[in-house]
Amino acid sequence: MRPAMPAPSPLLQPATAGLAPDVIDKVRVSDTQLYLDGVSVSFDGFRAINNLALMVAPGELRTIIGPNGAGKTTMMDIITGKTKPDSGEVLFAGRIDLTKLDEVAIANLGIGRKFQKPTVFENLTVFENFELALKSARGAWKTLAGRLNSEALDRIVWALDTVGLETRVEDIAGSLSHGQKQWLEIGMLLVQDTQLILLDEPVAGMTDAETKQTAELILTLKGERTLVVVEHDMEFVRDLGARVTVLHEGSVLSEGTVDHVQNDPRVIEVYLGR
Amino acid sequence: MREKLETLAKPRPLLDRKGWAAFLAIGFVLIVLVPLLNMLPARGSLLHLSDYLIPLLGKYACYAILALSLDLVWGYAGILSLGHGAFFALGGYAMGMYLMRQIGTRGVYGHPELPDFMVFLNWKELPWYWAGFDSFPFAMLMVLLAPGILALVLGWFAFRSRVTGVYISIVTQAMTFALLLAFFRNDMGFGGNNGLTDFKDILGFPIQSQDTRLGLYVASVIALGLCFLLCRFVTQSKLGRVLLAVRDAESRVRFLGYSPTSAKLFAFVLSALLAGVAGALYVPQVGIINPGEFSPANSIEVAIWVAVGGRGTLYGAILGGVAINLVKTWLTGAAPELWLFVLGGLFIASTLLFPKGIVGLVGQFRAWRDEKKAFALSDKAAAEKGAE
Repeated sequence: MRPAMPAPSPLLQPATAGLAPDVIDKVRVSDTQLYLDGVSVSFDGFRAINNLALMVAPGELRTIIGPNGAGKTTMMDIITGKTKPDSGEVLFAGRIDLTKLDEVAIANLGIGRKFQKPTVFENLTVFENFELALKSARGAWKTLAGRLNSEALDRIVWALDTVGLETRVEDIAGSLSHGQKQWLEIGMLLVQDTQLILLDEPVAGMTDAETKQTAELILTLKGERTLVVVEHDMEFVRDLGARVTVLHEGSVLSEGTVDHVQNDPRVIEVYLGR
Repeated sequence: MREKLETLAKPRPLLDRKGWAAFLAIGFVLIVLVPLLNMLPARGSLLHLSDYLIPLLGKYACYAILALSLDLVWGYAGILSLGHGAFFALGGYAMGMYLMRQIGTRGVYGHPELPDFMVFLNWKELPWYWAGFDSFPFAMLMVLLAPGILALVLGWFAFRSRVTGVYISIVTQAMTFALLLAFFRNDMGFGGNNGLTDFKDILGFPIQSQDTRLGLYVASVIALGLCFLLCRFVTQSKLGRVLLAVRDAESRVRFLGYSPTSAKLFAFVLSALLAGVAGALYVPQVGIINPGEFSPANSIEVAIWVAVGGRGTLYGAILGGVAINLVKTWLTGAAPELWLFVLGGLFIASTLLFPKGIVGLVGQFRAWRDEKKAFALSDKAAAEKGAE
């Protein structure tokens, strides 16, 4: 019998009460899980992100596509606090200004990230990787006395089953294949119990079967978590069947269903060249 | 699956059964057998351990603690400190100040309160920062506080500003060099160039007597054992895994919500405390502390001990600290001009040939043997295929 998914902690509900109804595209800012507006950032004069606006509702699954250099990874860097935008608003749960926080504080708010290149702790075992990812006290003294409780173990059992790494639990993460490392990193986000999950090219280097499984997993999380998935693989994007945002030169080029953006002449032009 | 995870999730023991056996056996030899061999057999008999060896072994134990402390930050947290000699020296100076105050009127000038060098400099009264050092508990507190606070302040600024890699090595190296220059100055009030020496007794025991030396030696070995267990406690805890994670992928740790700053600061300060203890035990056994202990070369040498012994294992650092100092003692007597070449050669060899140090050699040999076997097998298979 497959272990049941542990009840995720309830989504941080945006506080709508008492706020001015700032209507943009019929969605109130305070109703969003993630809100970006007028965000710009330049590196040595190169505008990586240019007046970017994005709104993601709680529990929504959003896919983001765009050619190389469109600013997809930079956008994730901004949301997770790695890069500070030159201007613009970045709000979490409609009220928390992410531009004022560092990576650690943002992670502890419940924003998790999977990197483009799978980044796991190669010298630790699969189990130890999960142990570190678990939601628990993060201070130095607390970790010195850190113990795993029964609920934490349930969560790891579930994550191991979900990403199919049960047989590798005692192995060093560095010995995993590329695809398995991707799964491990996704599994770590599951045990971390994050509100908002950012996945940067989760199926890069995966086989077709693994890609399908990943799509299924993401669809089971939809509604429970808010997910933002950056991906190049159009078949995968189609499998997810979610709203698609197309980025180009640091701003939103088009937004809508997969069919809508695929038939958008501007998107075709960007992808196929002039 | 669940049962397996439960075993994995259990708090890890400090040492396994074999580890405890080795720990206790080595402890017995060093704490019981060595002193007995010094005290019981008649002088000149084959079994007798000569008197001069006792403080020498005590000195090695202090070096081993210093190496251990560096391994905690370098091997586990990835901070290559090239200034650990400074923490060692600060602990040593705190102990030296206590020992100076114990001299009393027995100094050359016979001043009841001022150490000889202050009388020589025409100082009229004890500077404020010497106050309290006539008390042993206060001095011991300073042995911990002086290196601890320095590490806390330096580490806080450096780690918070995300100074890592070679830059942190340079910062720590600059720190010990700055302290070297400061302690050389006579008006600092720490004896300048000559440092603190001519000690008479410690806790009322004459410092030169063989019994006191034995006592100091045993204290050093016990301190080494306790420091080792303390480091094991840290590295076996979840914090130990966080430190390894910081060492291997610091930015990833941040995105999991851990602050690398606090984890590194914890390891750095703890390590400085251990180095301070090592210095405090070292000074009464060698009878002097001078600014030379702050010299950058000393700190670099400690890094070589750890690299040669084997990083990230704790016992490898102890082994490296003791082994290299054994060679040093022998070679600086037999062929002093060769010593620095040998030290440099060892460092290069450990980097190129045995990156996991002496303790990694066994694993390296096994891997080499297995590889050879695998090649032989595949050659054989190829030959058979060719014959068909």
